[in-house]
Amino acid sequence: MMNNELKHLAARVARKTVSRRDFLGRAGALGVSAVAANSLLADAVKAAGPNKGGHLVQGLGGGESTNTLDPALTASQVPFANLRHFGETLVGVSENGELTPRLAENIEASDDAKVWNFKIRKDVEFHNGKTMDANDVMRTMERHSNEDSKSGALGIMQGIESMKVDGDTFAVTLKSPNADLPYLLADYHLVIQPDGGFDNPGAGIGTGPYTVDVDEPGVRHVFKKNPNYWGGDVVNYDSAEVLVINDATARTAALQSGQVHMINRVEPKVAKLIDRAPGVSVKNVAGRGHYVFIMHCDTAPFDSNELRMALKYAINREEMVDKILRGYGTIGNDLPINAAYPLFDETIPQRKHSIEKAKEHYAKSGHDGSPIILRVADGAFPGAVDAGALFQESARAAGIPLEIKREPNDGYWSEVWNKQPFCASYWGGRPVQDQMYSTAYLSTADWNDTRFKNPEFDALLSKAKAELDEGKRKAIYSQMANILRDNGGLICPMFNDFVDAVSDKIAGYVLDPNAELSNGFAPVRTWFA
Amino acid sequence: MHPILKLLVQRIALSLLLLLAASAMIFIGTQILPGDVAQSILGQSATPESLANLRAELGLNEPALTRYFDWLFGALQGDLGTALTNGRDIADSLGVRLKNTMFLAFWAALISVPLAIFLGLLAVRYQNRWPDKLISAVTLTSISIPEFLIGYVLMYFISVKLGWFTSVSTIYDGMSLGEKLSAIALPVTVLTLVVLAHMMRMTRAAILNVMQSAYIETAELKGLSMFNIIRKHAFPNAIAPIVNVVMLNLAYLVVGVVVVEVVFVYPGMGQYLVDHVAKRDVPVVQACGLIFAAVYIGLNMVADIVSILANPRLRHPK
Repeated sequence: MMNNELKHLAARVARKTVSRRDFLGRAGALGVSAVAANSLLADAVKAAGPNKGGHLVQGLGGGESTNTLDPALTASQVPFANLRHFGETLVGVSENGELTPRLAENIEASDDAKVWNFKIRKDVEFHNGKTMDANDVMRTMERHSNEDSKSGALGIMQGIESMKVDGDTFAVTLKSPNADLPYLLADYHLVIQPDGGFDNPGAGIGTGPYTVDVDEPGVRHVFKKNPNYWGGDVVNYDSAEVLVINDATARTAALQSGQVHMINRVEPKVAKLIDRAPGVSVKNVAGRGHYVFIMHCDTAPFDSNELRMALKYAINREEMVDKILRGYGTIGNDLPINAAYPLFDETIPQRKHSIEKAKEHYAKSGHDGSPIILRVADGAFPGAVDAGALFQESARAAGIPLEIKREPNDGYWSEVWNKQPFCASYWGGRPVQDQMYSTAYLSTADWNDTRFKNPEFDALLSKAKAELDEGKRKAIYSQMANILRDNGGLICPMFNDFVDAVSDKIAGYVLDPNAELSNGFAPVRTWFA
Repeated sequence: MHPILKLLVQRIALSLLLLLAASAMIFIGTQILPGDVAQSILGQSATPESLANLRAELGLNEPALTRYFDWLFGALQGDLGTALTNGRDIADSLGVRLKNTMFLAFWAALISVPLAIFLGLLAVRYQNRWPDKLISAVTLTSISIPEFLIGYVLMYFISVKLGWFTSVSTIYDGMSLGEKLSAIALPVTVLTLVVLAHMMRMTRAAILNVMQSAYIETAELKGLSMFNIIRKHAFPNAIAPIVNVVMLNLAYLVVGVVVVEVVFVYPGMGQYLVDHVAKRDVPVVQACGLIFAAVYIGLNMVADIVSILANPRLRHPK
């Protein structure tokens, strides 16, 4: 598939003996699209460029002394970053949203998208010296899906009917068709472990490009380059360290004083200042994460769609992106989906702030005028309390009596979210639309946190799952989006960017919308300039 | 029995009783926190099935009283159990953190206590003159500023602008003593500034109080120098209140520095405790609480005992 002439030319561009313009012209003449040509070029520059060696230090927020290396229990940023160092999944999702083969070198689906065959890569060695095979893959999937499982990936494993191993092929049979299964198996929890990690789930033994050297939860994690990595010499650093710095100001100071080379979770309110500081730059990328206010569609007064519509029109989305995200984000459209998803219909009209329409719908709802309680906490999303106050003001203008009740961060996810009828919340997003909808908007979903129960929507969702024709699927998704936007309990004012900051000493940083710090692959993709 | 011995035994027995009461309080406190361990461990991404599985595995379905006594008897035998969240041995992980906390508290105390007492004596010597006023103004200002703010200011100027010391104070095995001391320079400075004023003002007040006494006047009439009067006559009689306030501050250095730990990324017990409270990891919270309570009660007991011993009326009963 790869054109040898182009590859050769790309290498010469990297060495600066052929100009970039000539290269792109030649690629066009050979019938290669500009996008593909550019990515080829980037690969070539990478192949020629990287310096080797050094010790990378990442200062990350989101780590606790309670963390473990067990992939099943990974729920915050530092454990996620750790997994990316030592572990690997069957397939990956690239920064362009395409599937990339990792431990599975080939994927085949039956015509009805019910049976999937993953051909497992040979000659891959775990850090303990054991050779990885299809049995390890199956045992891993079992640990994440059996009835004792505590895995964060349990929900996405539930559609699996049976699994079997046939030589070097791992075969999955689904209860119902799902064209997106490979995306589901790219979930970061599903790191392949020897014998599935049944003996010692937190051992930190994987097949990844780094091996675990020091593991001090809540303090630091140090990794060494894996000399036996199947992918060859891809890692540029000798060692990489994750230093847990939960305080945002301390994180910034550590980056500015050169004690760490990259940090995650830069606060939007200081991001512009940091970007102007010498020696560092802010890397922000629009992701699929969104800040939301959720109403239970089955609880009064939110069981009235007129009232839900009134609240949707009463919120000022531009103001939220401006004041809460300081511009590091995009406005939402009362959908959990945005243009970062494949097969998104960009023609769905954007809902705008309108006091008149809010008033109109509010009058039609016949609400008795008693205060509508919105529960918020800064733990729901950064700035949730302020966002609640902004919402209260804009609702007041439409005559809707919103009352803000501030809840403690502690226990917010267990006591308020998915329990109280109206509260602030956050969703990290999923790689594909199907997964997002199945996780939170299907009538029977465990996390249906808006209690949205719409038979037509459910039927369309299962229709889309079985549809392998992308054009038809896109049309179905568009129909579903419109139903949810006009009937759902979701008020989605904004999608937040991932905002990270990187020292100028680092080269090769790739913006990746899948997750923070280049989808956690910064220690693999970058090098010291 | 000698009355002093009797008093000492009483003090120690009372302290132990207090410690037991504290352990019960800690347990009750952890029980009435909202949310449960399983939900807190799995976070927002928890499904009802995975919650039920984790709850059963962690033994959370046992009655609270049984869990409390199991833990208490284990702790008496030195077995603090394993953390519910990551399955690590609590005594091991806690040992490292306790060592770090003690390391930081030791160096902060080593600098702040002598400095505070010296400044207190200096303030008395130059009472109501400019050195006294300067010392009071500076220390009272530093105690009035929130410690995280002092931390950020020092971090900005000393670490980011000047680059003298690191703003990340993580220490670990394998660092030399010099490296460790350089790493903790900023938190030690902040802690010193925070505890200085209290001890300094108490030293000054206690000695000034004694200075009003008739026997000081006698000493002055004998022609002793001011410094000798303070050293030989005033200080020994002022020791009880000073020791009290020193012990209170030492206890603070061990149990109250979580904010400084967070700001300077220091792997002490404060952050360790907070993380486990957030996850409702009851055994760890209790172990930390018990150690904090023991430190507090122990240091206060030492202060009491020193006060008793320093009081001649108790030492030489009629």
